[in-house]
Parts: sequence; structure tokens; C-alpha cells
Amino acid sequence: MFASYMLHTWIMASILAMATGILGYFVILWRSVFAAHALPLAAFPGAAAAPLLGISPLWGLFFFSGLGVLFLRLFSLLGRKDIAMGLLLTTFLALGGLLLSMGQEYSAAVFSLLFGEILGISGRSFLPMVLIALLVLLLVLANFRSLLLQSVSPALAAAAGISRSRLDWLVLALLALVTAGALPIVGTLLTFTLLVSPAASAQRLCSHPFWSLVLSVFLAETMTWLSIAMAFWTNWPPGFFVGTLGAVLFLLSHLTARFRSGLRPSADTAGRPGLSSDPA
Amino acid sequence: MSTGFQDLGLVHFLGDPTIRSALWIGTMAAMLNGVIGVFAILRGQAFAGHALGDISSAGGAAAVFTGISALWGFLGMAWLAALILSGLGLKRAGERDLVTGVVLGGGLGISALFLYLDATGSSHSGATVSIMFGSLFGIPGSMVLPVILSTLSGLLLVLLCYHPLLLIAADPDLARARGVPAGLLETLYLLLLGLAAAISALTVGAILATALLLGPAGAALHLAGRPAQAFLYAAGIALFCTVTGIYLSYESFYWFGGTAWPVSFFVVVLVLLSYLLAAAWSRTGTVPGRPALHGAKR
Repeated sequence: MFASYMLHTWIMASILAMATGILGYFVILWRSVFAAHALPLAAFPGAAAAPLLGISPLWGLFFFSGLGVLFLRLFSLLGRKDIAMGLLLTTFLALGGLLLSMGQEYSAAVFSLLFGEILGISGRSFLPMVLIALLVLLLVLANFRSLLLQSVSPALAAAAGISRSRLDWLVLALLALVTAGALPIVGTLLTFTLLVSPAASAQRLCSHPFWSLVLSVFLAETMTWLSIAMAFWTNWPPGFFVGTLGAVLFLLSHLTARFRSGLRPSADTAGRPGLSSDPA
Repeated sequence: MSTGFQDLGLVHFLGDPTIRSALWIGTMAAMLNGVIGVFAILRGQAFAGHALGDISSAGGAAAVFTGISALWGFLGMAWLAALILSGLGLKRAGERDLVTGVVLGGGLGISALFLYLDATGSSHSGATVSIMFGSLFGIPGSMVLPVILSTLSGLLLVLLCYHPLLLIAADPDLARARGVPAGLLETLYLLLLGLAAAISALTVGAILATALLLGPAGAALHLAGRPAQAFLYAAGIALFCTVTGIYLSYESFYWFGGTAWPVSFFVVVLVLLSYLLAAAWSRTGTVPGRPALHGAKR
């Protein structure tokens, strides 16, 4: 399981899980679950187009997720955001499906792109991917205070001179980068579970912002490692383990929070991170 | 006139039994999704509607694995997911997207497993593509009648409960105050959403099912001044996109030297274009009642 050909996957997945754990924290606070689901799907045609054009899938993924961010921002101007996201994901998925139908091994390619492949990271895209994942980590940490303040109190953030639209762009761009990186391993459809489930569970279990963030990263790492290990042993798609582990994890933490709030009827642990008192 | 028809290849097109069942199923999917989509958007449940379509893929994959009809697979899973979502509390808006996302992840995970089993099992190596991206021309004729019957009963239910359904969509508190059985209607609405997702999944594929649900309804809400208009426009736009999509896909076989482009691709592109046109049209300010309808909820 730790043979040399698996090494890239382990390193890559660990860095990505850390990025998704941190970024997921803001996805939950900003209530942008649908965006986290839609953006990886926008990257899908990139992976499909790469073999046709003879380029590395990495550039295809980044190009199309960037295109997805632009699409989302433009369509949000036309009407409601949720419709924009629905149109974004179906358009890009349909385009990817069309591109895949032009290549060889149609069905197998579709399957591994949708649900992941533990050896999805090729040797030549490893180094750029690691650099990009590290860049995401740096960007999140550099903007940590603004992001937190914006999610706690938009009015305070505005008063502090933080631009909402700049942060919107930043979050979308970070989401696009992370999902483009995680897509080959975890798959198009289930990358978002890594963003949503660990962070949501952590916020149920722990109300302090910092420890909740740490717990979110820890849960994301555990989930990723378990999924890869089990996918390796069973030969089943990693997406299956990520999706179901994510649901089980959330259910367990939800029940734990329920149980605890049952013991202390006055405490409000139901998904409200205790941020309102945080001075940030 | 007849030469015009022959030029377009319509005689040949309509004479093909595969095309005829595709058109029937596409028509049903379009009408139901157009109508239910307006409710979904008015209630701010676009994500839930999308999730039901995606999750139904697990049922479709299980149906291939067990050998039952794909329609019942899609429908069973969509309804199961709808009941889980309503049981977990779709009511609190803040938590709703979160819970929907987690359930969606679990459903897609199960779908991954069944599609894997389908692919390794035996002769179903194409299952992933046909379930996720649709295979309208591969649907057996025996499925047409159940689809028509379930769609028509769904539309009939909408017609019978039109006012209360609209009321709980527009103002749930007012509806409860007026003594409307909100819980019952909520469940009915979710089951209808599941039915729409299942039939759309059959037509354009599970992960593209949302296109028919949200696109036409979104376009219609840009154009319509009154709710009743929105439902009619949405069904009309969805119908146009589906039928034209089927026609273009059939014709594309000749354009691209013997490899037809998928129906779902054309349908999705047409839906996108009609949404853009409707948005541009409403921007010109010719539709007086638009902001009131389109601005509702979130």
C-alpha cells in the first residue's frame, strides 16, 4: 500500500485534505455548499479535453475551473445564484460528456473521472499540483482574518475596509484550485464532500473557531487516508468511500451534538459555531 | 410543404419507433420538470432538486445491477432521498443546504459502488454513461406507458392542489395560518420533485437532470408576470428544448460522419441559450411584473 507508485497519491492527498479541511470551514460558514458542489463539475471537461488536445490534464482542469468561476460570476448578475449554479454544472458536465464520447475507452474514462482513481495523479503533474495546493494554503492563511470577519459580521468587515466582492472572488478561486487538484483522485462528483462533511462535522462538535478548524483538518485527513486505503484494498472507487464516510461522519457528529445538547438544554450546539463572541 | 418536410428529414425522423418513444418520454419529462421547477425555484430549493436528480443515479445503477427497469430504480432512489431530506429537516433554511450536501455525497457514493459493480459485473460496461448522461434512444418501448401515466398523474395532482402548493411556496406562514395542511403538501411536493427528477434522469441522464428542472423554470420566471404564466412558459420552453434536442441529436449522426452527439448535450445547450435569451429579454424592461416574481426568496 505504501509502495513507491502510491507515494504521489499519499503526499498529494494529504496536502489536499489539509486545504479542503480549512477551506471547507469557510464553505460552511458562508453557506456555499452548492458552489462547492458545482465548481468541481465545471473542471470536468478539462480532464476530458486534455487527452484530445494532448496536453496534461492539469492545465485542462485549471482552465475549465477558472472558466467556471467566470461563468458563475457572470450568470449571478443575470438572476439568482442557485439557477446560475445549476446551469453551470449541467453545461460543463454535458460538454465533458461530449468530449469524452470522442475519445477512446469512453465508459471507463467517464467512470474514473466521476468517481476517482487512487492513481489519478500522473508523475509529471505531481510537482505543479503540490505547489498549487501549497499556494492555496498560504492564501487562506494570509486572508484568514478577513474571511473569518466577513463570515461573522459583514457589517464589521465592511467597516474594516474589507471588500466583499474581492473575498467572493478569492473563495471561488480557492475552491476552483482545490477541486481541480483533488478531482483526479477523489472524482468530480465527490470532491465537494471533502469540503463539506469534515468542516460541518467539526462545527457541530466544537464551537471554538480555532479548534473547530483544527478538528476539520484532522477529520478531512482521516477521511481521505481511510478512503484511499480502503480503495486500495478493495479496488472499489475512492468516491464511494469518501461519499459514504462523509455521510456517516456527519450523522455521528450530529447525533453527538444532539446528545450533548440534551444533557445541557440551554446550550446551542446545533450547527451554530460560537463565533458571535469572537473578536477576530 | 411536403418537400420542406422531406428536406428536414422529418418523415424519416417521426417514422422511427425509437424516436417516437424518445419523444414521448422527453415530452413528459419536459412538462413535469417545467412545472415542478417553478415551485422549486420559488421555494429556493434549487439545490435540493439538483440533489434528487444526482442521487437517483444510485437507483439507476442498482436497477442495472439487479435487472429491474431503470425508471423504478431512478424513482425509488429519488423518493427515498426526498423522504430522508424532509425527515432531516429541510425547513430550516440555513441548515438545509448543508444536510442536502451530505445526503448528496452519500447517495453519489452508493452510486459509485453500484456503477463499479455494473462495470465489473458483466455486459453492462456502458452503464455509467447511460445512467449519468442519459441514453434516450436506448429506452425500451415498454417504458413509455408507465412514464406517461406517472407524469400525467403528477400533473393532475399539481392542478388539483395548485393554489395551496403555490401558497406554501410563496408564504408558508400565511398558508399555515389559513389552515392549509402544510406537512402533507410538503411531502406531496417533495415526492413530485422526486418524480420529476427520475423522469428527467431517464431523459437527459441523472447528473444532467437539473437542466430541465431549473433552466426552463428560471427562464420562465424572467418572462412571466403572473405565476400561472410562469408554469406555462416553463413547460413550453422545456418542451421546445427537449424536442429540438432530440431532433438535433438524431440529425447529428449525418453531420458528424456517423457518430451522433448525445441528446443530453443538445438539450442542455438549448436550455442554457433559452435562459440567456430570457434574461436578456427581461433586461430590456418589457416585462413589467418580473421583479416581483423573480426576486422571491433568497
